[in-house]
Amino acid sequence: MKEIRYIRAITEALSEEMARDEDVFVIGEDVGGPGGAFSATKDLLEKFGEKRVKDTPISESAIVGLAIGAATQGLRPVAEIMFMDFLTVCMDQIVNQMAKMRYMFGGIYKLPVVIRAPCGGGLNAGPQHSQCLEAWFAHIPGLKVVMPATPYDVKGLLKTSIRDDNPVLFIENKALYAFKGEIPEEEYLIPIGKADVKRKGRDVTVVATSRMVHQSLEAAKSLSNEGIEVEVIDLRTINPLDKETIFQSVEKTSRLVIAHEAVKAFGIGAEIAAMVCEEMIDCLDAPILRVGAPFVPVPFNLENFYLPNTEGVVQAVKKVMAY
Amino acid sequence: MVKRETLLEMFYLMVKVRRVEERLLDIFAQGRIPGFIHVGIGQEAVAAGVCSQLEPNDYIFTTHRGHGQAIAKGIDLKRFMAEIYGRRDGYCKGKSGSMHIACKEMGVVGSNGIVGGGIPISLGTAFASVWKGEKRVTVCFFGDGAANEGTFHESLNLASLWNLPVIFCCENNGWAQFTPQKVYMKLENISARAGSYGMVGVTVDGDDVLKVYEEAKRAIERARKGQGPTLLECKTHRWFGHFAGDAQKYRPAKDIEEARGFDPIVKFQRFLIESKYINPEYIKTVEAKIKSEIDEAVSFAESSPVAGEEELFNDVYV
Ligand SMILES: Cc1ncc(C[n+]2csc(CCOP(=O)(O)OP(=O)(O)O)c2C)c(N)n1
Ligand SMILES: [Mg+2]
Repeated sequence: MKEIRYIRAITEALSEEMARDEDVFVIGEDVGGPGGAFSATKDLLEKFGEKRVKDTPISESAIVGLAIGAATQGLRPVAEIMFMDFLTVCMDQIVNQMAKMRYMFGGIYKLPVVIRAPCGGGLNAGPQHSQCLEAWFAHIPGLKVVMPATPYDVKGLLKTSIRDDNPVLFIENKALYAFKGEIPEEEYLIPIGKADVKRKGRDVTVVATSRMVHQSLEAAKSLSNEGIEVEVIDLRTINPLDKETIFQSVEKTSRLVIAHEAVKAFGIGAEIAAMVCEEMIDCLDAPILRVGAPFVPVPFNLENFYLPNTEGVVQAVKKVMAY
Repeated sequence: MVKRETLLEMFYLMVKVRRVEERLLDIFAQGRIPGFIHVGIGQEAVAAGVCSQLEPNDYIFTTHRGHGQAIAKGIDLKRFMAEIYGRRDGYCKGKSGSMHIACKEMGVVGSNGIVGGGIPISLGTAFASVWKGEKRVTVCFFGDGAANEGTFHESLNLASLWNLPVIFCCENNGWAQFTPQKVYMKLENISARAGSYGMVGVTVDGDDVLKVYEEAKRAIERARKGQGPTLLECKTHRWFGHFAGDAQKYRPAKDIEEARGFDPIVKFQRFLIESKYINPEYIKTVEAKIKSEIDEAVSFAESSPVAGEEELFNDVYV
């Protein structure tokens, strides 16, 4: 095992996949010499040359469109969109083109495109550089949405995403880029669509994503001191959703809290809660609670009041326990 | 001078596209086709002049008004018709319809229902050609209306910057849905924008197939030689409404009448006869051949089974 930062796990995954498969290339703004806005593509230009590390103009639709067209011809592009918020300027390419081309053309194309983009607050980056929009994309048939929380999951899932023949939106968390974790020295892969039980517990299931996985683990630790054992499930992939792991856990605990950084209203928490109600309401001993951001834009200077945190998870767990 | 064989091929393609679309209007009016269709009657010279000189493995991108380009690129009329009918033997298993036809084998990468939506994707096939060291070119067709989408700007800049082998073929029929060009654009020639991307831009009479052929030839040669993209604007005329059934209440009758005066087939036919390439007998033979091809395609389509429920969940993911 070795210790590595979240951001370098991305770099390693890219570098290994580019070395393994000559059809893989990276494309995006500043990804060449500068190594990307957050340095995810550091040194790739030196290693793989200009043919495979493509610096582009600030043209998100052109970046994604080019990736789609290249993928129809068997190439495997990994496009970097600097902030997840900027996906909104190339939504047509992602939603109407990339996600639908295979279906509407009767399956004639495979579209092995990965779009990497960071989400999340915590950097005082303001309302246009901090959003978590995973629910938008999970709502689109034809896309896969991956959202890892640890360096280990980042590396294994990014490698799998690059090998997947479907379009994958790979959502990173910029507040976690410096986060350190252990990964094996040798190569490994993690399947898309498989959640991970990050902590076992009998009393309450907390399903979390991205940064909220860490907050939930912290909450679980402190609740354990009070005799409440929380099971923390890291979704890792938003779509396809690993229902089985969630259901198995809720069957055991009969209590469910869902924690994500995105705005609580209309988020994936609602989807998971509805799913559990539809299929296993008899198992529940308490209402399902969601922890998420309030229904306001991400504020520049009021993040402390805005961001869902450990205390929020603790309170939600206590509430379902007290029910 | 253009070879006789090529001239005759272009004539055949223009008449074929015209007759296919006339038939489509007819069967659409009878309620035999689901959804809606857009025809490009009056604009046939653009498709024929450009596509007749492409190789089978060159790529084209088309729009909602894309029947003509796909036919001129050489797709099979039977499977094309079956697709428009939403039948299983269609190119896309009956899941695309008129607006989204694609045929991988003939390089029809895809038609697009989003105005300007195909332009960025055309960069990708051109990029792949360069990547693989192939000489294949990409032609991206779009309308005058599409030239005001942001994708036009992003794509032309990038294509020029990277010298991509793509021809941006703007089929300027003077109308974007219900609005004429002068209402939404100050420029008269869209090709004038090319200079701002450091790209060659040309405007041609899109109702003159020989002129289209000539300029497209230059553009294709430039692209194949690695000399970069071209913005080729072909000025043509839309005879019918935006979609089949559009009564064009927004359009002066005089304008429609005038549009019909530019008939590219009449013009080309006159040239071919005057230059003794063909005679009236030849035209009859061509018309008869095309009629039987269309009859065959329609009966093939109508006898093909409708896409079944089992297709609903197929092809969302690999
Ligand atoms: C992004 C987008 N905006 C609007 C429409 C509706 N629409 C379909 S075709 C069209 C006009 C397009 O005009 P032009 O590009 O000149 O093509 P033409 O129809 O003349 O072939 C419009 C407005 C659409 N399909 N997509
Ligand atoms: Mg138009």
